[in-house]
Formats: sequence, structure tokens, C-alpha cells
Amino acid sequence: MGELRLMKGNEVLAEAAIRCGCDAYFGYPITPQSEVMETLMEQKPWESTGMVVLQAESEVASINMVYGAAASGKKAMTSSSSPGISLMTEGISYIAGAELPCLIVNVQRGGPGLGTIQPSQADYFQAVKGGGHGDYRLITLAPASVQEMHDFVKLAFDLAFKYRNPSMILTDGALGQMMEKVELADYTPRRTKEEIIDQCGSWATTGKTSGREKHVITSLEMDSHKMEQNNLRFQDKFKNIEANEVRYEAIRCDDAELILVAFGTSSRICQKAIELARDKGIKVGLIRPITLYPFPTAIIAELAPRVKGFLSVEMSAGQMVEDVKLAVYNARCITPVEHFGRMGGILPSPNEVVDALESKFLNQ
Amino acid sequence: MDINDIIKPENLVYDKSPLQIDTIMHYCPGCSHGVVHKLVAEIIEELGIQEDTIGVSPVGCAVFAYNYIDIDWQQAAHGRAPAVATGIARTNPEKIVFTYQGDGDLASIGAGEILHACNRGENIVVIFINNAIYGMTGGQMAPTTLIGQPTSTSPNGRDVALNGYPMKMTEIIATLPGTYYVTRQSVHTAATVRKCKKAIKKAFQNVIAKKGTSFVEVVSTCNSGWKMTPVGANTWMEENMFPEYVPGDLKDNDIQKPASGN
Ligand SMILES: Cc1ncc(C[n+]2csc(CCOP(=O)(O)OP(=O)(O)O)c2C)c(N)n1
Repeated sequence: MGELRLMKGNEVLAEAAIRCGCDAYFGYPITPQSEVMETLMEQKPWESTGMVVLQAESEVASINMVYGAAASGKKAMTSSSSPGISLMTEGISYIAGAELPCLIVNVQRGGPGLGTIQPSQADYFQAVKGGGHGDYRLITLAPASVQEMHDFVKLAFDLAFKYRNPSMILTDGALGQMMEKVELADYTPRRTKEEIIDQCGSWATTGKTSGREKHVITSLEMDSHKMEQNNLRFQDKFKNIEANEVRYEAIRCDDAELILVAFGTSSRICQKAIELARDKGIKVGLIRPITLYPFPTAIIAELAPRVKGFLSVEMSAGQMVEDVKLAVYNARCITPVEHFGRMGGILPSPNEVVDALESKFLNQ
Repeated sequence: MDINDIIKPENLVYDKSPLQIDTIMHYCPGCSHGVVHKLVAEIIEELGIQEDTIGVSPVGCAVFAYNYIDIDWQQAAHGRAPAVATGIARTNPEKIVFTYQGDGDLASIGAGEILHACNRGENIVVIFINNAIYGMTGGQMAPTTLIGQPTSTSPNGRDVALNGYPMKMTEIIATLPGTYYVTRQSVHTAATVRKCKKAIKKAFQNVIAKKGTSFVEVVSTCNSGWKMTPVGANTWMEENMFPEYVPGDLKDNDIQKPASGN
């Protein structure tokens, strides 16, 4: 059993980074996630594990510092909240285009624009459809507890290095600020230089030794035929990710007639809504996507022929609902798919979710 | 006499650094970039730091710097090279990291990144090619374009009322306590090439000695963008650029420690 602590989601992100052997964090303050860098500065991991922590001049700089560190094979990360992630999208596109591993955490707040500092899930499209320019994807993990905030830091890095692709943890201000019991992992030492060369020596900027060709980390290719080949290689990688990395949780789906689909904070609310609905005799289950990209399409397609409907519950105007519809369409079904959500930093209440189930599927 | 009688080791007066890669030259004849690339390659060779040097190429004509010098490279987004270099240098303190940037890259879109990297005193070399124009995109106005200088986006010459003044980045950079060595050079004559090489070498030596940011501006020609002959561009640079961008050292902490308490 690892060390147990009562911690905030944001603090846990920092703690998990240090414990999983992260090499560097670069960030810029923004509510509701500033505790990530504050915790790191307080912990001074440069004195213990040797992890670099630097406050950058902007999110544009943070993500480019991550790009630099990641190119040399380091485990580098940044965190921000919605407006800051928008600023990072150019850099994220470069990182994806140069096929580098890294971790970006988005502790979402309500938008658009400066919006609000309250929790939101309205950056779903930005996270799972690419966000920046060009055909790329982010491996996107959606924690639903402080424990998962901890666990997914390591998982996100592992997947990023496995596929040489940036990973994102898409969470929100509620999970960032919420305190829960968490079991902390033991410390994994940072990789040695030799270990980094073992793992990344075929591509990283570790210094051109006489035994090998120079390494050039770039997303540029002026020959469009070669650029198309690069894109085809990226698409193969994404197919591979879709085939192998889907993660989700199915809760009470066995006898369910209606399925809620919700991630992160809204999935927690939906669990309460299931209890309330079942008390009323409505057989409801929940699919909780853990990976938003790759989306758990197959399980939704599998459920589609035998359930009466899906309700996508999101803290947005309805973004993930499009992926639920696509999954149902892929199953060649006409099962109704509806959305319920609150916006602008408001959390839906469990009763509102039950009301939405009743009004959209039962009282017609 | 046959040419092969002449090509003999004892007749060798000039040799290309082994770090210079044989590749198709994409720079225009007369461009300063090629000369500076050669200097950088020679310096890395002479200092014996090929295995430890990571170059960061910009967006601009020098985006392809990585095709010319045989070291590990990373290509940065437009203006972001100093942030990328920060990421490399902070996580690899034993490496010698340099950025190579044009004036659009460094003085316009990347003004924020260069100021903050220099202000933090990142242990990096910055090579700043100031040709007063956007070369790669076809000769548009840069922050460094001279008053009255015609470009494709200032066809009647840079107008202060519309576009403000030429930006003297190197003077601004020299005011930052984080910088250790700040100098302005050129490469339009054999003598200035030699001087410039000394300056860039010193910048690399400073970084090897972990002294902090060393910044070398090279006032350069872009005869294609300026629509001049290579020789005409050199003359125009001397007559028009040098009065605005005066060559010489702006700061050298080896010689003059900055006065304390000001
Ligand atoms: C974000 C972004 N904006 C604009 C461009 C287009 N662009 C490419 S190079 C360049 C100007 C480069 O000029 P400079 O830095 O002076 O370098 P030079 O080509 O003169 O050496 C611009 C604007 C780009 N690639 N990316």
C-alpha cells in the first residue's frame, strides 16, 4: 500500500509528476490550476529528483520549452487552463508534427474568451479533435477522481512515449480543486542518460556522436509527397492507438435501458443520478470514457441495438454527444442520442440529469 | 599543367570544415546566411563540441540550417527558438545550445521569447541575422526595416507614422542584466568575417564556461529581398544599415562588470 494522503487534484498532479520521474515542468499561472506549479515550487524537486521546474513568461513559451525538452528525450510536461491551452495549440501542433512525447494538462474553466474560473468541459472538441492546425490527435485521458489525477500522470507519459505523441489530461476546475483521499505511488527515479539513450536514442537530440547520423527534430517537409507519407504514418499511429488504447468504465449497464455517457466531473454526478433514477424504477447505466481520444466507440455501438437511448451529460453545449452519435451511426442503429449539459461554470445536479432522462426519453 | 597537379595536400590553402554538409545551397547568391553557417560549423569543430551542441533553427530562410551543419538540431516555431532552447538547455545543462534567428523571427513575432530568455540569463548562444527584411516570405517589412526602405509591404518606404521605428533589439538586449556578452557584427568583407568569427566563438566559449546568454547580431544583406546586386547590397548596408545598427560590442562582462546598484 502506497502512502495515503488527503490532497487537492492540482497538488496531486504535481506530486505524481515528481514521483513518476518527470524531468521537467514549464508553466504559467492561471486559475483554477495554479496550485500545480505552486506545489512544485514548494517541493523543490530539483533538489531531490533533479526535476526542472520553471515559470515561463507565457503559455506560448511553456509549450515551446516542453517541445525543447521533449526533443532531447526528456519527460516534460505543462499544465494550464482553457485560455492558456488555446495559446499552446501552435506548439502542440509542432510537437505532434515532430512526433514527440509530452504531457499537457488542461484543468478546464468556462469559456469562450476569458470566460469564468469555474469548472467546464467545453474544451472537449479542442482536446480530442486536434485543437491546433493539421491532422493530429492527442491521447486524451479524463480522470474522474483525485486518485485518477494521480494515476493518469504516469499513464499519460507511458502512452506518450509508447506512441511518440503528446498526451493530454483533460480535467476541470472541480477535480483540480477537490480534495480526496489518494494513494501515492512510490518514487520512480528519473531515467539516467543511458536509459534515455536506450529509450529515445534513435531520434532524440542527445548530441550527434560519431556513431550515428545527426538527429533533426522538425515538423517541416517541403516535398508534399513526403509530407503526405508523414501524414499517412501519423494516421497509422492513430489507428494503432484507437485499436489498443481505448479505456472506459461501464457502470450498471447490464440491465440498463437508458445509458448516460459522461466523463470526469459529470460522470461523478451521473453516478448519483443513476441511484435517483433507479429509485424511480428507471433502469439507467453509465459509460464513462476514460480515454476521450481514442473514444470508446465499440462499447457504445455494442449497446446501441438493445437500449432505448443515450444521454450525453457534459458541462458544455454538447460536444462529446457528436462522438456518441457517430458510434451509434457506425453500428447502423437509429437509437436516439440526446445531450444534457450546463455551461459557463455551472455543474449539473443529479436531479437535473434525471429530469433530462425523463423529459427526453420517457414523457413523450 | 593538369588540374590534378595542382590539387595536392601541400597546395591546400583553404578547407571546408568536416561539419559543413555537402548539400544543395538554398540561399541566394550574395546572402549572408551561408557565411554565418560556415563560421558556426568551423567554430563547433574548432571547439570540439560537435557531440555536445544542439542547434535550434528558426522559421525564416535559416529554417534549413539543419541541412548544413552536422550536429543535432531542432526546428522551432516562428519566434519561439529561445523558449525551445530554454527547454533543451535547462534539462541538458551539459549541452551547448544555440539559436539562429532572423529579424522577423527574433524582433517581431518572437520579441517576447527572446527578451525573457535573455532576461533569465539562459546559458545559450543567440545568433541574430538582421537583414532588415522578411527574406523567406518574399521581402516584406520587418521591425528592423529602415525608415524609407521599400519592401513589398511598405512599397513606398517604411513610414514612421504608419509603421513606427526600426527596432534596435541588440541595444534592448544589452540592457538586460541576464546577458553576458552582446555584440553586433557583419560578414561583408574578409576582415569583418574574421571579426565575426571571433565574436561567435567567444559566445560559444562563454556558454561552455556557463557564463550565461551571449548574443551576436550579424547585420546582414538580403540582396534578393532588397532587389540589389550582392555587391550593391554590401555598399547599401554599409551606407544605410551601419549608421542605424552600429557594429561593435555593446556589452562584455569579461571586460566590464556592470556597475552595481543602478
Ligand atoms: C506563425 C507564423 N507566421 C508567419 C509565418 C510566415 N513566415 C515564414 S518566414 C517569415 C519571416 C522570416 O523573416 P526573418 O525572420 O527576418 O528571416 P529571413 O527569412 O529574412 O532570414 C514569416 C513571416 C510562419 N511560418 N509562421
